Amino acid sequence: MNRQYELNKELAQMLKGGVIMDVTTPEQAKIAESAGACAVMALERIPADIRTAGGVSRMSDPKMIRGIQQAVSIPVMAKCRIGHFVEAQLLEAIEIDYIDESEVLSPADDIFHIDKTKFRVPFVCGARNLGEALRRISEGASMIRTKGEAGTGDIAQAVHHMRMMNRTIAKVSSMREDELFDEAKRLCVPHALIQYVHENRRLPVVNFAAGGVATPADAALMMQLGAEGVFIGSGIFKSENPEKRAEAIVKTVTNYTDAAMIAKLSEDLGEAMVGINADEIELLMAERGK
Amino acid sequence: MKIAVLAVQGAFEEHEKVLWQLGAETMQLRKAADLEADFDGLILPGGESTVQGKLLRELSMLAPIRDRIGNGLPVFATCAGLILLAEHISGDDATHIGTLPVTVRRNAYGRQLGSFHYAEGSIKGVGNFPMEFIRAPYIERTAKCVDTLAAVEGHIVGVRYKKQLAVAFHPELAGDTRMHQYFLDMI
Repeated sequence: MNRQYELNKELAQMLKGGVIMDVTTPEQAKIAESAGACAVMALERIPADIRTAGGVSRMSDPKMIRGIQQAVSIPVMAKCRIGHFVEAQLLEAIEIDYIDESEVLSPADDIFHIDKTKFRVPFVCGARNLGEALRRISEGASMIRTKGEAGTGDIAQAVHHMRMMNRTIAKVSSMREDELFDEAKRLCVPHALIQYVHENRRLPVVNFAAGGVATPADAALMMQLGAEGVFIGSGIFKSENPEKRAEAIVKTVTNYTDAAMIAKLSEDLGEAMVGINADEIELLMAERGK
Repeated sequence: MKIAVLAVQGAFEEHEKVLWQLGAETMQLRKAADLEADFDGLILPGGESTVQGKLLRELSMLAPIRDRIGNGLPVFATCAGLILLAEHISGDDATHIGTLPVTVRRNAYGRQLGSFHYAEGSIKGVGNFPMEFIRAPYIERTAKCVDTLAAVEGHIVGVRYKKQLAVAFHPELAGDTRMHQYFLDMI
């Protein structure tokens, strides 16, 4: 792969151990930065509101994104619709630091993802399992996150996706070399990527948790399950005290095995986002883009 | 030899892997209590300096680290670590550890599309060295007592001052252990 792809994977490495927060305005971006976010994710509406409002959700207004870029000094990411390569071109044109080709927005293409190898700007994509992750990487993604179930405040799906990923990685690492060809065929991914997982016992790119993180304990749960950092969408700005909750989650991700510290950080955070169970909702965003 | 690596956020594991290759022992610093251990050197890794600086303060690690560096603890800072260590940050009143008499400019090469690989890098005392710059800073000014080790296109990207070594790029990603060996040799 080319140099830019290496640099893009390396930017994700710099975000490790950090929390990336969804924001819809420059004001929210400033709150996120001062609370300790290692990057912010610009989008038109946060997932919980997308669920309530229904309809088509798209990339944010570029002017809003520019406002966010001017408001903060940390990396600014933004979401585009699955398969919408023109939204991605626009985000590249305004020099976004990372594009999330995201199932949280309405998919623009029911078959094809964006050919991310055609871009210089990096992409992060959601994945429920190893096959999805490696397919996105073969399309050029330089960072992966669990899909979870965005906008629910229900961590169950993210846990399921992280466990599925880890279990399959463990299985692939313990296979004989001659079994890898069939595994690549079964997962519909290039053999070279399966070979990488086999040799290194991990994805070739950084893997964050996303979708349903609402509390410090949720964040620590995902970190202990092997996430290298955490995305938080609705969990911050749909809660009673966004600043305090954001700061608590940032400190938790640094000290994710220190239960005494996390207990202390979890005190008096006010109401968490209301939350709905993933099995109570009609629209499963994680089913988008496989 | 035991090297502590600041592990509040960022690419600290990458540094540990290089140090292990060189036979050094490592430990992670995540909270104030971790600073009570004995160690011979400190690494400040890449990551987001705003996040690392905030966590250092709020986890009560900033002052103890500053004191130990002031008392001669050898430190090696890369990228965000350089920003933590700098006495001045250009266009910003805030400073963090502030023990290295230089002025550093954050995001000096712009956003991610400005990140670059510089194959022709050269470091005084190390030799030719490939350099990864990721949303990197550079050093605008140094005090007279600071030794410049590396520059790229007229901008200073590597310095040494007493037992403080700092670079704007990422030697932990270079697949080359010589820069870390240089640090270990300083101790």
